[in-house]
Amino acid sequence: MSLDKATVSRIARLARIRVADADLERLGDELNNILEWIEQLNQVDTADVTPLTSVVEIQLPQRQDSVPDGGHQDHVLRNAPESEQGFFVVPKVVE
Amino acid sequence: MTELTDLTLSEARDGLRAGNFTSRELTEAHNAAIERARPLNAMVLETADHALSMADRADQRIATGEGGLLEGIPIAIKDLFCTDGFRTTAGSHILDTFVPPYESTVTANLWREGAVMLGKANMDEFAMGSSNETSYFGPVVSPWRQTGDNRPIVPGGSSGGSASIVAARAALAATGTDTGGSIRQPASFTGLVGLKPTYGRCSRWGIIAFASSLDQAGPLTRTVRDAAIMLTTMSGYDPNDSTSANVPVPDFEAVLGGDMKGLRVGIPKEYRMEGLTREIDGLWQQGIRWLEDAGAETREVDLPHTKYALPAYYIVAPAEASSNLARYDGVRYGLRVEGEDLIDMYERTRAEGFGAEVQRRVMIGTYVLSAGYYDAYYLQAQKVRTLIARDFQRVFEDVDVLLTPTTPSEAFATGDKSNDPIAMYSNDVFTVPASMAGLPGISVPVGLSQAGLPFGLQLIGKAFDEEMILRVAEVLESAAIFDAKPESWWETAT
Repeated sequence: MSLDKATVSRIARLARIRVADADLERLGDELNNILEWIEQLNQVDTADVTPLTSVVEIQLPQRQDSVPDGGHQDHVLRNAPESEQGFFVVPKVVE
Repeated sequence: MTELTDLTLSEARDGLRAGNFTSRELTEAHNAAIERARPLNAMVLETADHALSMADRADQRIATGEGGLLEGIPIAIKDLFCTDGFRTTAGSHILDTFVPPYESTVTANLWREGAVMLGKANMDEFAMGSSNETSYFGPVVSPWRQTGDNRPIVPGGSSGGSASIVAARAALAATGTDTGGSIRQPASFTGLVGLKPTYGRCSRWGIIAFASSLDQAGPLTRTVRDAAIMLTTMSGYDPNDSTSANVPVPDFEAVLGGDMKGLRVGIPKEYRMEGLTREIDGLWQQGIRWLEDAGAETREVDLPHTKYALPAYYIVAPAEASSNLARYDGVRYGLRVEGEDLIDMYERTRAEGFGAEVQRRVMIGTYVLSAGYYDAYYLQAQKVRTLIARDFQRVFEDVDVLLTPTTPSEAFATGDKSNDPIAMYSNDVFTVPASMAGLPGISVPVGLSQAGLPFGLQLIGKAFDEEMILRVAEVLESAAIFDAKPESWWETAT
């Protein structure tokens, strides 16, 4: 299947990447080239195959549901583009 | 005396222990080599002063006999590993001011054993690339050139800076990460040994995530022994990574040597595919004879789903990347580009912060995971991945190790493939299958092409059997006697 401009625009929106209208067609062509090539996977019969979930057979570890570490507010905020009084600052969300 | 920068890691270690030179002298020599190698654009951060203070501490420990496995050894770190207090960018504009407040487990292991950090190595943006041309900090140039041709050659990617700086004799080793070939392919392109361990062998904690079910850290070195020494220190169980394997870490250097009698080597016939150059095919056949001469028995094996590994990878890896890279939102760290509202701020930040290849992959990943397409793409790819893993399980009932070329062709000139994503992806056609199955692989340099560029052969082993691939790699290494060195043209470049 081939992506049209509206679909490319929707994907960009879902991915939270701003794409100018003028670039939608070029980007669509690029994505379509890759998707066409990927579609050779449909040749593989996978009717009775279970999808792979983990490459190594290891038991996932369990631990007590307790806080092992924390209290690093200054570390957490150190790289924030904008912070104030111990919080991240974001543009106004609620009108 | 040999120049300190021409020593292998193991020779430097032995020289330090014997008191032939100090870590300060060794580190000064490498700091100077890194400065001279700037035309390669292999480093995005040089930490010369920090290296000297680490070297002085190492010299004190060596003097009192407390030195660790890598005491006083100067190395470079791929800029995907978080280093406490030192900028870590993943080669991206979106992280170009990020200074981690913590240290990755793998680098912490290296410092604990006394290694010295020379700086952070350039890389493809978020490890997405096979030529190191997608970095926000510009392309890395290989120290190698074609005979009689001054065009810049790519070092491979994504660990291209790591590969270039070690091949240029400006670091004794470097860390890399490998998601679909990002250690093995640049190792092959630059005449180095590159090892991708079994998934779970090295902790992923503190390594900026690309595709979490595939990412593994590993070393780039000039010899197999050096790779074994680095791997011993980089490996180990880490409760901070839920997929870290709680298995014993052998002394990988101690397993080297021994004879190959009775060793069963599989030669997968599906790897003789379109695009494999005659020269590399010839070296592959030579590699088979080398192992046979050493007493191994070789046989052809079938891995029927090989050709589907690459397209399946280009669903799984972008899907995981789209999810992992969702965290770059202009709020908690990295770049922020102001917008009209919160969503607009996200969209502008990510449009400006991510380069073209990263945007493409995030969008492919978003699409294959989106409602209505998940089964057709993502689920189908994960099923194909099961078939690929089964192929390997079946052949490993009959053989101990697989021998293949690392890449279908040698390194190419900068710009030659950067406009054709699929041609670029095809570089990883021989490395991706083992990644999809989580298996360890190593690339060993075996020869030069007629054009004068190096290439390597790959050994793939069973899960957690790095000992086997290291042992066989050393046999290939001693048979091939790869002693070619790039001419140091960059020393005089301006």
